[in-house]
Formats: sequence, C-alpha cells, structure tokens
Amino acid sequence: MMRNPYLPLPMKLVKNFTETDDKLVHTFTLEYLNAADEAGFKYSPGQFAELCVFGKGEAPFGIASSPTEPGHLKFSVAKVGVVSTALHLMEEGTMVGVRGPLGNSFPLEDFKGKNLVIIGGGFAFTTLRALTAYILNPANRGDFGKLTVIYGARTPGLLLYKDELAEWEKRDDIDLVCTIDRPAEGWNGRVGFVPAVTKEVAPGADNAYAVICGPPVMIKFTMPELEALGFPPERIIMSLENRMKCGIGMCGRCNVGNKYVCKDGPVFTRAELNQLPNEY
Amino acid sequence: MLINKNELAGFLDQLMSRYQVFAPVKEADYTNFKQISSGTEATLDYSNTKIPPKGILFPQTEKLFSYSCGTEGAQVQECIDQQKKVVFGIRPCDAKSLVLLDNVFNNDKYQDPYYLTRRENTILVGLGCNRPAGTCFCTSLGGGPFDTTGLDALLVDTGDKYVVEILTERGRELFSGTTLPEAGEADRAAAAAVKETATVSCTVNLDGVKAKLDTDFYDPIWDGLHEKCLGCAVCTYTCPTCHCFDIVDDAVDANGCRVRNWDACMFPLFTLHGSGHNPRPTGKERFRQRVMHKFKYFVDNYNVMACVGCGRCIKNCPVNLDIRAILAEIQGSEARLDK
Ligand SMILES: Cc1cc2nc3c(=O)[nH]c(=O)nc-3n(C[C@H](O)[C@H](O)[C@H](O)COP(=O)(O)OP(=O)(O)OC[C@H]3O[C@@H](n4cnc5c(N)ncnc54)[C@H](O)[C@@H]3O)c2cc1C
Ligand code: SF4
Ligand code: SF4
Ligand code: FES
Repeated sequence: MMRNPYLPLPMKLVKNFTETDDKLVHTFTLEYLNAADEAGFKYSPGQFAELCVFGKGEAPFGIASSPTEPGHLKFSVAKVGVVSTALHLMEEGTMVGVRGPLGNSFPLEDFKGKNLVIIGGGFAFTTLRALTAYILNPANRGDFGKLTVIYGARTPGLLLYKDELAEWEKRDDIDLVCTIDRPAEGWNGRVGFVPAVTKEVAPGADNAYAVICGPPVMIKFTMPELEALGFPPERIIMSLENRMKCGIGMCGRCNVGNKYVCKDGPVFTRAELNQLPNEY
Repeated sequence: MLINKNELAGFLDQLMSRYQVFAPVKEADYTNFKQISSGTEATLDYSNTKIPPKGILFPQTEKLFSYSCGTEGAQVQECIDQQKKVVFGIRPCDAKSLVLLDNVFNNDKYQDPYYLTRRENTILVGLGCNRPAGTCFCTSLGGGPFDTTGLDALLVDTGDKYVVEILTERGRELFSGTTLPEAGEADRAAAAAVKETATVSCTVNLDGVKAKLDTDFYDPIWDGLHEKCLGCAVCTYTCPTCHCFDIVDDAVDANGCRVRNWDACMFPLFTLHGSGHNPRPTGKERFRQRVMHKFKYFVDNYNVMACVGCGRCIKNCPVNLDIRAILAEIQGSEARLDK
C-alpha cells in the first residue's frame, strides 16, 4: 500500500510560547505521541511541514527546530488568518497534526568546508535558526568554516529566540550581529538596516555561501550588497513562501514557472530563481 | 465482439453486477457522466459531456479522511475508494486526459492514493467520434476521433451496433464474462469505413508555440490577451486536464473531515499570501498562468501539452475567449477555425 501523504501525524503541543512583544508570533514545541513516529520524521534544516488544527485546517510552516534536537519539533508562527490564529489560541496539551517533512532543504553538502553568512529579517528567521543550530552542534561544527549570522528586526522585542541569541553571543565559533531599525531604550547592540549591516560585517565571498530569508524589501536591498561582496548567484541561497495547500506538487497553487515551490523548493539558489518568472 | 444497440441496456445491466458503471446520462439539454443504476439511463448518442469524466477519478469534492479528537488523541479514518469501476462510452480525448493527469498524481516524489487507487480499479471503454464537433481540435494535439491512448477497449458505432475493439488485458477481463456475439468480416469493414470518414476539420498550428512561450513571459502580448476574461474559471472547471484543488476542513469543533475541492488558477484568492501579497495579482497574470501551465510548464515537466483539444473551454466561456485564437495569436499566425 502506498503511503498517504495527506494524513497528519498526531503530535502534542507541549509549549505555546509568546515569542515577540507584539504577541503576534508564538513558538510551538510539539512532541511525538508515538516514539516510532519520530524515526519516520527525518528532516533537514530548510524543510517545512503542514501544521493541522483539527476542525480548522492546515497551513505550511518552516521547521524551526534542528534534527540535532531530538524528541520534539518547533515552529514559530505569525498570526495572520484562520489556522495561525487557532494555533495561537491552543492550550498546552492539545493534539495537533503534522504533515511532512516537506520540500527540499538547505544544501548542507555544498556548504561543507565553506564559510557561511546567514542573513535573516523579522519572523522569517525560523528555518535559519534551524540551520544555525544544526551547524553549531558539536558533531557538525567542524564540517563548516566561519559562521556569520546577521539578524535584523524593527525593534528588539520583535527578535525571535532572544535567549538563544544571547547564548550565541557568548560563543566564539559564531559571529552574531543583531540589528534593529531605530535606536531603542535598553538596546546596546547595532542600529541600522540589514543591507547596510551586511555591507559592513559580512566577510568576503571567497569560499563562502550566503543564505538569506526575510521580508521582500530586505532581500531586494541586500542582494546588491551581496553581489558587491562578490557572491555569485549560485552561492546565494533563498527560500520562497508561496501560498500552499497540498505541499506535494499536485494542487497547482504554489508554482513559479515550471517549478512547484512545495516539491522542488522551497530552497532555491539565486541562479535558479533568475531562470524563473518573478511570480513569488 | 459486437453490441447490438437494442441490447446495450441489458449489457450494461450485466456489468453492474461486477462494477460501478459510469455512463453518459442526459440532463436537461446536456449530458454528463453519472453512475447508473439501470442500463436504460445511459445514452451513447451524445457529442461530449458538459463536465469531463475526470471527476470519476478526481471528484469535484472528496473526503480525504475523517477525524475525531478526544482525550486519547486524534482518531483519523482514511477514506479511500476501492470500488471497481467502468467508465463506459468515454471519448478518446477524455481518456487521454487521464493519462496526462497520471503525471501529476504520480509525480517524481509523491503518489496520491485517492486518485491512483481509483485509476487502478477503473476500466475505460471508449466511444469513437463519428462526427467530431466544430470545437474539437484533438488531432492538433496528437489525438484523434478513434485514438486509443489510455483506453482498455474502443467502441465503433456502425449504425445499429457497436463494434468492440479490445485493447488491453483489463479490457479483455471486462468483456470476458459476457455473452456478446463476435464481429464478422462485414462489421469490421463497416468499422474501418466509419474511422475513415470521421474528420476533425478544425486544426491549430502549434509549431513553435512552446518555443515562443519559453521566451515570452514578459512579452506585451499578455497585456491584451486576457482583457475580456471575467475570471469565472468555467474554462478550468470544464477542462479534463485541469487538476488544481483546495483542501479545507468541514467540522464541528474538532470532529469532522478534511475535504478537497476543485479550485482554479483563474481566481485571485488562489495564490493570495497570508501577508496580503499576491504573486498573480491581476487577470493578466492568471490568464498567462493558465496558458503557460498547459502549453509550457507541463511540457517542461512531463514532455506533453496539458490540452487534449476537447473544446469545452471554447464552448463554455461566457465571453467567447477561444484558446485556439489565443494560441494562434501567440504563434503569430492565424488558426483555421472551420466552425
Ligand atoms: C514553505 C513555507 C514556510 C512558511 N513558514 C512560515 C513560518 O515559519 N512562520 C509563519 O508564521 N509563516 C510561515 N509561512 C506562511 C504561512 O504558511 C501562512 O501565514 C499561513 O498559511 C496562513 O494560514 P492561515 O490559515 O493562518 O491564514 P488564512 O486564513 O489562510 O488567511 C491568510 C490571509 O489570506 C487572506 N484570505 C484567506 N482567505 C480569504 C478569503 N476567503 N477572503 C479574503 N481573504 C482571504 C486573508 O487576507 C488572510 O490574512 C510559510 C509559508 C510557506 C509556504
Ligand atoms: S471561461 Fe472565459 S471568462 Fe471564464 S475564466 Fe475562462 S477565459 Fe475567462
Ligand atoms: S484547454 Fe480547453 S480544449 Fe484543451 S483540454 Fe482543456 S477544455 Fe479541452
Ligand atoms: S502546494 Fe500544492 S502544488 Fe505546491
């Protein structure tokens, strides 16, 4: 019998954490109900899953946890509509469905032995967190070169994973640069937009890959900076978020040209995107 | 083998003991495939159905699974239809459309168990087209009024009987349990003569269309082609190769079912992001998507155009937007529309 890709895996919401001070992003920690399910859910940073609220529907979200963190999955969800709102209102202990892992992942094999510049903005930092946590795992850290993470948000309260960022600050095997748009009380870090900060702190493009996820304006203005630094389009990695339903290349909703973002993406190189129409 | 027309209803009654039988049934002034409960309901005297028979394998609305959530977790009950079916009297273009849809529901990474299980259990008995309609252009897409692609058996109407051509093992299985007379020399000659005389008069020259679409995404031609389109999506709902769908929950509290429904790229909400951004914001992008999907993207991915030339989108469009004229305009030459 073929596997049914529409059936959700039952998981338990063990933590519903309000991530940002505007309360619009919550991070959910889910645990497998059956230990055997975990062995079947093999994922890699960059992949996503459909989260299903029984009675409301399902929606795709990037997996924010890393496979190096066994026992649970994490998602950070902005409240925008039916499913995301239902998730925000969920009590800990409730059952949710998870369908996945779906899509491709960041090209970890290509990254091996290379320096990495990870650039994120706002709540699009989810799968970048997964990637960073994966690389920082002691079992993997030696496989990769220098790691620079540039993370921007409008205000300090809108940064995700604040405790973890503080931990990363202390380490010497990662260069973390957090930045906010305008000066704010109690903020001793950097102030400025991501493109300008990138120009200033990103190391050269030699032997390096850049990974960038964030709001369209941030991407638009950071791209020329990466190009000026010498990153060729083959070594700039992006992740798309087209509207999705099936997640398996059948419902016809998420295509960009002849590629389905769900099945052939969501991770693409800039070189690949240059070959496709601008419908994302 | 032969089916005398006056014995058709009785023959279908026999099949019903072994299969669910779907056949064209008259409804008001059009015909549609329906599951029949008596052979007399079927009419093979029809041009083509209003809605394509794809819905037998991929229903317009379909329950994927039901669920109930209690204290011990969620109970999920899969709903896969395993019934044996026969689609009797399907036109060759529609049979070919299912071969195209197989690419989608059995793609390089995933299998859709709902469609594929039904497909596995469904026998297709075709009916050749003695008098193709003015809107038919199947021959331009590699098909034809007696094309057998995807069929398990083909019926040829020779006046007062249907001459049966068995094409596959499954077709043989269907007819093996029945008591039909063998076709004689004269019947076979009559069938050959019918095939000879049937002509599809409308042709569309598709030479170079794919090459143009490969380079024409930003061409100003798209500024005008969609102008009279209302975005009603009738063209996609009635198209045998269109497969877009939506997935929604139908539930009271946390008990209910997940359902999929036909959806269409012609609707603005189809691609609207949660952020409010829409990658295909106007009719121009949506109309371009419909054409590109059928005549370029599908070719890139599966090496075949996602159109069988059935003409439904032409017949049903409320503003007479004719895909043949669109293709001709893209190709830069005039189509011969011998209506
Ligand atoms: C690969 C991928 C990864 C993603 N990762 C994340 C992530 O990590 N975190 C995250 O927060 N988001 C992520 N997203 C985005 C997320 O999928 C969407 O925000 C989510 O699908 C919204 O679902 P919803 O049910 O809450 O909203 P919906 O109820 O579907 O509504 C969303 C918006 O669509 C509009 N809309 C919907 N239906 C109608 C209607 N009938 N009439 C009018 N307007 C309507 C509304 O304006 C509404 O604001 C990701 C998306 C993709 C594709
Ligand atoms: S049927 Fe005609 S008007 Fe309706 S969406 Fe299709 S092309 Fe547009
Ligand atoms: S595009 Fe029109 S002619 Fe072609 S298969 Fe679909 S409905 Fe038929
Ligand atoms: S989400 Fe259905 S095709 Fe991509």
